[in-house]
Amino acid sequence: MIYFDNSATTAIHPLVLDTYVQTSRRILGNPSSLHHLGSQATRLLNQSRQQIADLLGVSSEEIYFTSGGTEGNNWVIKGTALEKKGFGKHLIISSIEHAAVYKAAYQLESLGFEVSVAPVDSQGFIDVEALSQLIRPDTILVSTMVVNNEVGSIQPIKEIGELLKAYPTIHYHVDAVQALGKLPISSWLVDRVDFATFSSHKFHGPKGTGFIFWRKGRKIQPLLNGGGQESGQRSGTENVPGVVATARATRLQLEEVAEKIARQSQIQAYLIDALSQYERVVLFSKASANYAPHIICFGIKGIKGEVLVHALEEKEVIISTTSACSSRSHQEGGTLKAMGVPTELGTSAVRASLNSQTTMAEAEQFMITFNHVYQKFQQLFID
Amino acid sequence: MQYTEIMVRYGELSTKGKNRRVFINMLAANVRKALHEYPNLKIHADRDRMHLLLNGEDSQEIIPKLSHVFGIQNFSPAIRVEKDMAIIYQTACELVASVYEPGKTFKVNARRSDHDFPLDTNSLNREIGHVVLEAFPELVVQMKQPDIILRVEIRNNGAYLSCETIKGAGGLPVGSSGRGMLMLSGGIDSPVAGYLAMKRGVEIEAVHFASPPYTSEKALQKAKDLTVKLVPYVGSIQFMEVPFTEIQEEIKKHVPSGYLMTITRRMMLRITDEIREQRKGLAIINGESLGQVASQTLQSMIAINDVTHTPIIRPVVTMDKNEIIELAEKIDTFDLAIQPFEDCCTIFAPPQPKTKPKLDKAREYEQRLDVEGLVRRAISGIKVTEIRSGQRYLDGDAEEFSDLL
Repeated sequence: MIYFDNSATTAIHPLVLDTYVQTSRRILGNPSSLHHLGSQATRLLNQSRQQIADLLGVSSEEIYFTSGGTEGNNWVIKGTALEKKGFGKHLIISSIEHAAVYKAAYQLESLGFEVSVAPVDSQGFIDVEALSQLIRPDTILVSTMVVNNEVGSIQPIKEIGELLKAYPTIHYHVDAVQALGKLPISSWLVDRVDFATFSSHKFHGPKGTGFIFWRKGRKIQPLLNGGGQESGQRSGTENVPGVVATARATRLQLEEVAEKIARQSQIQAYLIDALSQYERVVLFSKASANYAPHIICFGIKGIKGEVLVHALEEKEVIISTTSACSSRSHQEGGTLKAMGVPTELGTSAVRASLNSQTTMAEAEQFMITFNHVYQKFQQLFID
Repeated sequence: MQYTEIMVRYGELSTKGKNRRVFINMLAANVRKALHEYPNLKIHADRDRMHLLLNGEDSQEIIPKLSHVFGIQNFSPAIRVEKDMAIIYQTACELVASVYEPGKTFKVNARRSDHDFPLDTNSLNREIGHVVLEAFPELVVQMKQPDIILRVEIRNNGAYLSCETIKGAGGLPVGSSGRGMLMLSGGIDSPVAGYLAMKRGVEIEAVHFASPPYTSEKALQKAKDLTVKLVPYVGSIQFMEVPFTEIQEEIKKHVPSGYLMTITRRMMLRITDEIREQRKGLAIINGESLGQVASQTLQSMIAINDVTHTPIIRPVVTMDKNEIIELAEKIDTFDLAIQPFEDCCTIFAPPQPKTKPKLDKAREYEQRLDVEGLVRRAISGIKVTEIRSGQRYLDGDAEEFSDLL
């Protein structure tokens, strides 16, 4: 089997799974307990937090554990709204955000908040100038993703950060779910970024865990109230095995990261070049520094994405339509629509996504299989 | 910027007359201890200056560590290059670039001890200044108190360039004033007191009273973590954990509640003094601040201090709480100190301790206790731990979970 659906989820790393199992077995205590088993769990939790903070180059007080990307995005958006509603009720998101961002924002509309949407250009990059026009005196949050999950475009976080320096009261949140280990942290975790969302299962960690970066000095309200865990900001008994496994997954993901990025870029360039040789293939991703190295979005004109996914699946090649989270709804990718791609072309789109262990041999095998499938479809084309 | 040498200027040592050599040697030993992780580093302690030859060790790691060593007024990291004007020009520009901002004022300060070098001091100033100004046209030359002083020294073994002077920790070399026992509770004040005592050259050892199960393991770990924060100034600190449960229970049983605190403090001071005697210390240091709590009124001090003639140094005695907190934040002990665990000062705290205890009453109530036996048993149960930098107690040893992380 060739698994090229790593943007949907990744296989858990064997060492990370080992950590998860060992922690579940060995660490019995609830970190909130006073006795030594509780202290032991607390120490492990703190060390995990410290390790992630060190790897990101931030302070351990700036890391809060969550149940994953969806919770992180919901928390920052709604938590900002609750905290700053007295200052303003206007949010800005981009037109290519994940549903966990835009649906969280739209839910707030029923409570009297307004949401503005910053457009992207035809290549899938947020138009910073247009975004700047949307800022109002009552804007409390700007939320943009770092790497688009459908086409892989890397968003101009630095430029948006520079723009927002003139508006110091606005929270700037980035959805970094697709970013960790795919581009240098320093290129997007810049000074002006106040919050960032991470999800463990996107980088070979366990599902159902994640964390947010929350810059010291900023304030948001908790969504989960209760026993006061996570410094009172996110109650609920800590998922200790998940947290520890996340810490290990983060470390492994960032080990030799430059080499891993280079290798994925090389495979991506090969795939894009090979796919572009086919007359009816249309590419939505590019092999350039502006695109993440692990995502290739493309389609065969006239063939629905869903059909191509199943055709490849029969031959044990796993890819997806543009976003696993919306692929069941038979819609074209929201990103492609926002890029102005015509609907009939947009519905043909599929996404192949790599990981750091992907080999060139797999990519070559992928192309052989793709060729078979393509030739079969070829008979259907009547031009 | 990677430097090759650091020139250290002494603090008050320069005024120490005949004892000067002793102070300098002590400082050199402390610098060596603080930088023990860098084996290639060589230390030359001269009468007026100390030179650290880095021999390839990372100056960016060493500089922050050096800035914690007491007895240093300031220091200048320098680069040694060949005595070739082209190289000197290039290095000068690189150095200035690392601190340059448009509009800053600037001068060159050249010295020449190698008199065979073709350019004399004035020519050096002029030529190097010219090259730097060409590279950075927005620099403004100013002779009096410029923002950037580029020092260039032509010695026999090379040309030395530096343009940064970094403030040292000041004070006296730790150990030069002898040894003292720091009564370390785990609050905000005592670590600050320890820091200030070290600044005046006192080598400290920490004394902590633990009363399990009334005090938690976490309170003890916190006290050790606080000690870790004080280690960078000395290299390592001996931490003495005194078992205090029996004494607190005895006091609770026999002493009226108004005098619980006073008698407890007298016992603590007695034990600390006994430890001091055994460990050849000359003083006791504590974090008392006048009037802060009932045990820190002048009347209380009379009633408590009564048990010893040893000098008690109270570095924060006249400081406001806010001033102490400011220092605690500076030495990074504040966040730790405010973590809430039961410590020996809070248990059995009576609702209304006497703020003006009477000395004769304190002596009288104390006679109900077997003072000598209690002290002897506490002393014999002391656990000594050497606290070194990088250790973690509340968060556990880095090794503890290394297989999981």
